[in-house]
Amino acid sequence: MTSLLLIIVPLVGAALAAVWPSNCTRPWLLPAVGFVHLVLVARLFVNPPIVSPDAWLAFDPLARAMLPAVSLLFMVCSAYGVSYLKLRSERPNRVFVAVLLTVLGLLSAGHQARHLGLLWIATEAVTLACVPLLHFNGTPRAFEATWKYLLVGGTGIALSLLGSFCLGYASLHGGGRGDLTLVALMSQGPGLSRPWVLTAWVLLLVGYGTKMGLAPMHTWKPDAYGESPGIVGAILAGSVTTVAFAAILRVRAVIGAAGEGAMADRTLLAIGLFSMLVAALFLLGTPDFKRMLAYSSVEHMGILSIGAALGKTGMIAALFHVWSNSLTKGSLFLSAGNIRRAAGSSSIESARGMSILTPRSAALFVTGMFAVTACPPFGPFFSVLQVLRAALASHHGIAAAIFLGCLLLAFLGMTRVVFAVVDGRPRQAAIANSKRFVETAGVVAPPLVLLGLSLWLGLFTPPALREAWTAAVAQLFPPS
Amino acid sequence: MSGTLNLLIGLAMGLNLIALGSGRLPSLIRAMSLQGVVLGLLPLVMEHGIDWRIGLVAIATIVGKGVIIPYLLRRAMRAASIESEIEPIIGYVPSLLLGAGSAIAAVALAKTLPLLPEHNGSLLVPGSIASILTGFILLIGRVKAISQVCGYLILENGIYLFGLLLIHSMPLLVEAGLLLDLTVGVFVIGIIVDRIQRAFDSLDTRKLTALRE
Repeated sequence: MTSLLLIIVPLVGAALAAVWPSNCTRPWLLPAVGFVHLVLVARLFVNPPIVSPDAWLAFDPLARAMLPAVSLLFMVCSAYGVSYLKLRSERPNRVFVAVLLTVLGLLSAGHQARHLGLLWIATEAVTLACVPLLHFNGTPRAFEATWKYLLVGGTGIALSLLGSFCLGYASLHGGGRGDLTLVALMSQGPGLSRPWVLTAWVLLLVGYGTKMGLAPMHTWKPDAYGESPGIVGAILAGSVTTVAFAAILRVRAVIGAAGEGAMADRTLLAIGLFSMLVAALFLLGTPDFKRMLAYSSVEHMGILSIGAALGKTGMIAALFHVWSNSLTKGSLFLSAGNIRRAAGSSSIESARGMSILTPRSAALFVTGMFAVTACPPFGPFFSVLQVLRAALASHHGIAAAIFLGCLLLAFLGMTRVVFAVVDGRPRQAAIANSKRFVETAGVVAPPLVLLGLSLWLGLFTPPALREAWTAAVAQLFPPS
Repeated sequence: MSGTLNLLIGLAMGLNLIALGSGRLPSLIRAMSLQGVVLGLLPLVMEHGIDWRIGLVAIATIVGKGVIIPYLLRRAMRAASIESEIEPIIGYVPSLLLGAGSAIAAVALAKTLPLLPEHNGSLLVPGSIASILTGFILLIGRVKAISQVCGYLILENGIYLFGLLLIHSMPLLVEAGLLLDLTVGVFVIGIIVDRIQRAFDSLDTRKLTALRE
């Protein structure tokens, strides 16, 4: 029941936001709902419910390993949202608040979905719901980004539906009765028709990979992240992508049960390395610090994919990385949003010397950059290290070498952009613009909290979380 | 009954080619909406007998793909006073050749996939693959937003064709969810089209080039 509340509460909050009369007090619904959601998730995390195998929707071990990260990120971002929407009081925020809460509800549904069709519906709905968030700024560039997002994302989501059908047909052809719950598909295992399983895997990987932003299906990402508000970028990069990753993990478990796990791992490894490589090369060239974050997100999706390809230890590392990436990336997007607001532009040509204009956000931005490029002692360092160790332990020496090379290139690319933004003397236009932006506690504390959480995650990874990740991996690799 | 089924799917595949060869938006929209109606009829002629759920899917498909969506697209066209020439990136003759090629490829590809005995000899899988490929050609090869939307819809039609293989074994929830999402998707796309119009005074996606490396 509580697991249903995770979906209902945000949706009720969204409905409330849609009819709430005051533009000024409406944003407070965000932290209110976020808090209730976090409390509910925490309760479920501590006392995991017993999941009946044929449930379509449940807080199962995989949801337990990932959904709390989403809820935590949303809670902190919603606190930022209140201050952000106060700054943007000239724009009506009815749609923005309502849609943000809807997205939270749909993400909860997507993470808990144990039925192939339901999983698809939730992901599709999240894709559509994000549209108004992306063009909140209302500029022509934001419309352009939204159009590309819709076209690429829509095609991806269509292909994942086709993949779901193929998996359904694989079951039907293998003598199944067309039960599309993932448990039923897994128990059918080798009985699934092999050619259809392979077709389904390709389509589902491309489809959900588009949503996740794996190269070469990442093309919507730089535009969407670059043109939307920082808070939207944080939610997209930290939680919308994870729901697609969860979908890939659930499908991967079915493919593994069908006896094609080795093939699935090879494709995941290849697409992960390719994503890292593409992201690293674009990071070396991009002149825009928000687009830089998008490429960094592509890189980290690559790391997740590589982790998922490396068996049980790799999968645990990938789930760890989901957490460290969500929290760290959230902090980066929020501080980048502050800098963008003060500078009036996100290009390194016009935004310079921001350590003078926005000292706190710039400090957070630099620290966050070191955290996300896997410098100790933040969360990503430890999770990336675990992925690397899993790669070496499973004798993927060349993959590990490429992995390290890409990390290094990404580090060079990101330091180049970040220090260009932070150092130097500010431009006159930026100085004039930054007078309208005050670094209040409301916009500085949330990224600081996220960064603190990332540090805490790295230094003192709670045993309860490790246990949750291990349980999730046990769900994905059932004893045969 | 399989004969009628294949006839209708063949008709849908022919409409793919008409869509590829259309030089004007109204004829492209017409081809697409006709294809929607044909696809809506398919569940009725499949041999399993008709229960209310299948009837519902058929009606929803015909009304949705055949009436509502074309209406929305035409309205968007009028509201934005878009010229009806299509301006292809991939010309009509190459598009048609690609379309014919993809139909052949679809038949060849479908042969490699094993089918249940009751689906043997039906054109559902080749028709589905051909429509999906046609959708891709239109998505890539046309510049106007509305013709890209049409391409996307033909791609969706292909997926729907494939879904017909599973119509008897999939719960209603999935079927309802699909149609709902499709309509909502186009609705959103329609709003976007409207916004692009206001922002750019044109529906030419070639002008969407401010964002690049």
